Amino acid sequence: MGRGVPDRVRRSLEPFRHIPGQAHMWVLRGLREGIVTTAYPRRPDGYGPGWMGAVSVAEGASPPQGVAEVCPTGAISEEGGRLRLDRGRCILCGRCTSRHPELFRFGPDHETASVSRQALVVPPGEDDEEALGKVRSELGRRVRSLRRSIHVRHVDAGSDGSEEWEVAALTNPVYDVQRLGIFFTATPRHADLLLVTGAGAAGMAGPLRRTWEAMPDPKVVVAAGTDAVSGGLVHPTYATRGGVGDLVPVDVWVPGSPPSPFSLLHGILLAVGLLPSGGGA
Amino acid sequence: MREAAAPVGGGLVGEELASRVAGAVRAGARFAALLPTGRPDGSLCLRAVLAWPGRYGLEEEVLAPEVGAYQALTPTTPGATWYERELHDLYGVRPLGHPRLDPLVLPLAPGTPRPRPGTAADVGCLDPSEEPLPGHVSGEGLFTIPYGPVRSGVFEAIQYLVETPGEEIPHLRTRVYHKHRGLSRRFCGLSVGDGVLLAERVEGTTSVAQASAYCQALEALAGVEVPPRAGLSRVLHAELERVANHLDSMVRHTEGAGQAVAYARLSLHKERVLRLQARLCGHRFGRGVVVPGGVSGPPSLGAAQALAELARIDKGATADIRLLMETPSFLDRLRGTGVLPPEVAGAHGAVGPIGRASGLAEDLRVARPYGAYPRLGAQAVEPRERGDALARQEVRVAEVARSFSLARQALEGLAGAGDGPWRAQFDPPDGTALGWAEAPQGELLYLVEVEDGRLRAARPRCPAFHNLALFAQAFRGDIYTDFVFIEASFGLSVAGVAG
Ligand code: SF4
Repeated sequence: MGRGVPDRVRRSLEPFRHIPGQAHMWVLRGLREGIVTTAYPRRPDGYGPGWMGAVSVAEGASPPQGVAEVCPTGAISEEGGRLRLDRGRCILCGRCTSRHPELFRFGPDHETASVSRQALVVPPGEDDEEALGKVRSELGRRVRSLRRSIHVRHVDAGSDGSEEWEVAALTNPVYDVQRLGIFFTATPRHADLLLVTGAGAAGMAGPLRRTWEAMPDPKVVVAAGTDAVSGGLVHPTYATRGGVGDLVPVDVWVPGSPPSPFSLLHGILLAVGLLPSGGGA
Repeated sequence: MREAAAPVGGGLVGEELASRVAGAVRAGARFAALLPTGRPDGSLCLRAVLAWPGRYGLEEEVLAPEVGAYQALTPTTPGATWYERELHDLYGVRPLGHPRLDPLVLPLAPGTPRPRPGTAADVGCLDPSEEPLPGHVSGEGLFTIPYGPVRSGVFEAIQYLVETPGEEIPHLRTRVYHKHRGLSRRFCGLSVGDGVLLAERVEGTTSVAQASAYCQALEALAGVEVPPRAGLSRVLHAELERVANHLDSMVRHTEGAGQAVAYARLSLHKERVLRLQARLCGHRFGRGVVVPGGVSGPPSLGAAQALAELARIDKGATADIRLLMETPSFLDRLRGTGVLPPEVAGAHGAVGPIGRASGLAEDLRVARPYGAYPRLGAQAVEPRERGDALARQEVRVAEVARSFSLARQALEGLAGAGDGPWRAQFDPPDGTALGWAEAPQGELLYLVEVEDGRLRAARPRCPAFHNLALFAQAFRGDIYTDFVFIEASFGLSVAGVAG
């Protein structure tokens, strides 16, 4: 072992003495780095300024003529002089925020998931809050028995490939979801949560449905990413179904193109009722 | 390049496309792609892309709307197999003499209309059908094991049919149609600006390369030079993207080998690369950076800070990669695994790290240089000859080191570049052009047709599309447990293959 290794580290390596050279070195590397794991959801994670999670709209802003046309996916609309933005369609391209910074800004960065498709449209409508409360408590009742450890089955239903990277990132040491009792499982029969990515490719409708059917009750479904929520920019085509909402019953909607690991984690925790109180919608 | 749009090669006018392409290949060109685009009048333009030393040439043939067949390229140019299967799926046109016209990206029940991207055909929703797919092989002691499109772990949807008499793998079939998204059709009619956003999502793990190849086609069409600073910025983001992709391949190897600590280390480095990308531009995958004519603006992180962070990641990743290459249990899994013989790779024209591990040196950053690469003195890595998973890993290791160095040079260049625009404003004229980039997995091509400031068509050709056709060939004699390593060493994303 090299010089300059603190005694504390040296002692902690004792149990690995029997491991041949390289394995020993690998363990040492890990220890040298110190703690890299986020404290989220116990505490908010400080990382993320400049990291696009979602777009917000200035309250009470009156929309200028033709503002909706800046958006390539039709996420921006005007209803009775009121400006609204559908995060479920937004691909975070930044056109609205750079052309109309007084109306649109990036944020929040991390907690962007919702238990209602409608609630991804911001700012919320008048009756939305009440409806949301109902959905949330219904979901809470359904998943009560799940809350010890959560087994996740991922299915790609027509992603661009970046969503899989972000889902896989959940097992890297920064997000380390195993610490929260979240595990990816090989078989749908052991899965509690179905995490679906992609724009709803017609060719995945059958395999996705069969996976959902093979899962035992109670089960929850998370649509991961703007493509999974609405088809994003990829839809409409002859080959996509405008997201996965018509293919399986979705409980939690996570916007993002792709959704960041924090957004995904927020969505999973929201789905299984493991968020500390007040964590998002 | 604009001249790429002009037919080049030794063909006679009126000669069949197949014989012109075969002649060009005999004369030393590499068959790179066959890209169909439909026209509003229902006709179909077939363009073969031929890679000549230092340039690309296009050979074309236009099929009138009523023409339902043409002489297949595949019998004389085997690398065209997948292209002609895809062409048949999308347009219903038959390549005569094709040895095995199984559906590839869109199996449809007989009689179903085809999407025919670029034409005025309106087909509504199409549902893939298993009916035209070849049946499972069965016989005494022969099993067909379907693997995917839903399987353990976090993977894109792809299906392998492993036809095996026990432990050995004699034959493997690859199905990519499950996640076909109809992208060629979706490009048609978009504004050139919206086209970049879709290009970034053709293969989302290589968004920077996708946007660059797409924009370079438009820039070639208009004869526009990208401002020097923008060229450097593209290199910076593209090389970070390459590092992330190569690290991803290594992460998958260590995951497959059950090396938990190495997995944690390498996935941590990959995360840090994505975070640096985000600090530089606001997006972990570099989306929004590359726009027609340049880049959208200056990096959002100061040069000194960016250089310090880059050096920190480089140091950590390089040390761990070195240790990985000294870890016998890792090397043993890769050595001799998934051999792609150089003669097979050469005949097919394998691209990227897969080609470079099987004796093919070509790297577009050097062979057909673009952007700021020549100025930065980019060099290709020494090719390997063994063609096994370990050779592919060695190529990636060497490329990661070069990419860190190119990214550093780009950042230093940006710091000293003074003022000036980040973007040349232009409206692309009507016409057709080819753009290219060396994506992390190799040669990426975009054929772009512009009419009245909109895309009449855009056809990406991802390196994975060209290389995945070789996947089955790397399996000869390998036992089932090697599968994960061969797949990881190919490192291919499915999104751009399925289209
Ligand atoms: S950032 Fe979102 S809402 Fe704004 S223009 Fe882009 S896609 Fe539309």
